[in-house]
Amino acid sequence: MYAQMVKSTGQGVKPREEMSEEERHFQDRVDAGEKIEPKDWMPEGYRKTLIRQIAQHAHSEVVGQLPEGNWITRAPTLERKAILLAKVQDEAGHGLYLYCAAETLGVSRDDLTEALLSGKMKYSSIFNYPTLNWADIGAVGWLVDGAAIMNQVPLQRTSFGPYSRAMIRICKEESFHQRQGYDIMMKMAQGTPEQKRMAQEAINRFWYPSLMMFGPSDKDSVHSAQSMAWKIKINTNDELRQKFVDQTVPQAEYLGLTVPDPDLKWNEETGHYDFSEPDWAEFYEVLKGNGPCNTERLEARRKAWEDGAWVRDGLMAHAEKRAARTAAQ
Amino acid sequence: MSKEWPLWEVFIRGQHGMSHRHVGSLHAPDAEMAIKNARDVYTRRNEGVSIWVVEARHIAASSPSEKGPLYEPSESKVYRHPTFFDIPDEAGHM
Repeated sequence: MYAQMVKSTGQGVKPREEMSEEERHFQDRVDAGEKIEPKDWMPEGYRKTLIRQIAQHAHSEVVGQLPEGNWITRAPTLERKAILLAKVQDEAGHGLYLYCAAETLGVSRDDLTEALLSGKMKYSSIFNYPTLNWADIGAVGWLVDGAAIMNQVPLQRTSFGPYSRAMIRICKEESFHQRQGYDIMMKMAQGTPEQKRMAQEAINRFWYPSLMMFGPSDKDSVHSAQSMAWKIKINTNDELRQKFVDQTVPQAEYLGLTVPDPDLKWNEETGHYDFSEPDWAEFYEVLKGNGPCNTERLEARRKAWEDGAWVRDGLMAHAEKRAARTAAQ
Repeated sequence: MSKEWPLWEVFIRGQHGMSHRHVGSLHAPDAEMAIKNARDVYTRRNEGVSIWVVEARHIAASSPSEKGPLYEPSESKVYRHPTFFDIPDEAGHM
């Protein structure tokens, strides 16, 4: 999931009899599956929670370019390089669709960027892990994009129109990302013993961080309860994580690779895999800024923002000058 | 402090002789850059053959509260639909 631990109002779901007339009408529309559009009346908590969630999602797409961008110049073939370039460009596009959706809620793009750069807003924990070799690029596409898809597919039905439309567009493109990752993994798993070992080490590195993407169990969280009532969250974190494990384990088996979990086993009774939880202490450390790449990632984003300032200002000055000249004629 | 690039709404004509359709928005300093950016952001997979951009501040929109006065009057005018009229089969296709 690209949005983790998004705080809502923190007050739980308001009972219907305590709702105002407007709130009741709003909740009825959401319950009926109607889309809420930017100019419609909405509770302040809905607006704020959505801004946090969509922006965190957008920031994740943008920061998510960094671990993969790291390998564009070192891709093993020209074809792989072109594919990776296209994928990373898609991530930038996904960030832009989402920022636009957030902006319809009355927040400015620059404010969102500043909030990311100051550390006030978060991005997904997963992008604070390094991509050490080419097999990691396969694992990122397969596991990280696979986990993202698990979250994004149900979000196509979210109650906020612009967010839903952005998700529909993103999901269409995301499938390419996961498949290209799995394609890299297949190539390596069927390659030399050395390549196969690299593929195994990549899944060893990315398995638990991918499970963390869904966030800790939120079955008792008041934030999640409210978000689910508003349909800006569709499934619990545990449901999505289980779905991801169930889908991914057979894919690993096909590759002849081992999921790095000695307790992983098929449970005949539940019809799901039993699996080990990731190390949540590590997760919280990464969120606090102490992951392997937190500093590097934010520095890269700050540098891009600061180095690009003169271009943004220059183009704006040029546009204003030209507009003034046209007006004077 | 830098000035934020204005917001543009993007409309794309798909491949099949359709009207331009709103696909999203983006920031750009001027119309020329807005079209270039729209090409990169919204047509990476052959989604279009033509792009319109218009600065978001130039769009006037109806308000949700006007929904009743604007659209309710047409609800009672069912005779505007061809299915309102019963034409006997003998008259042939119409």
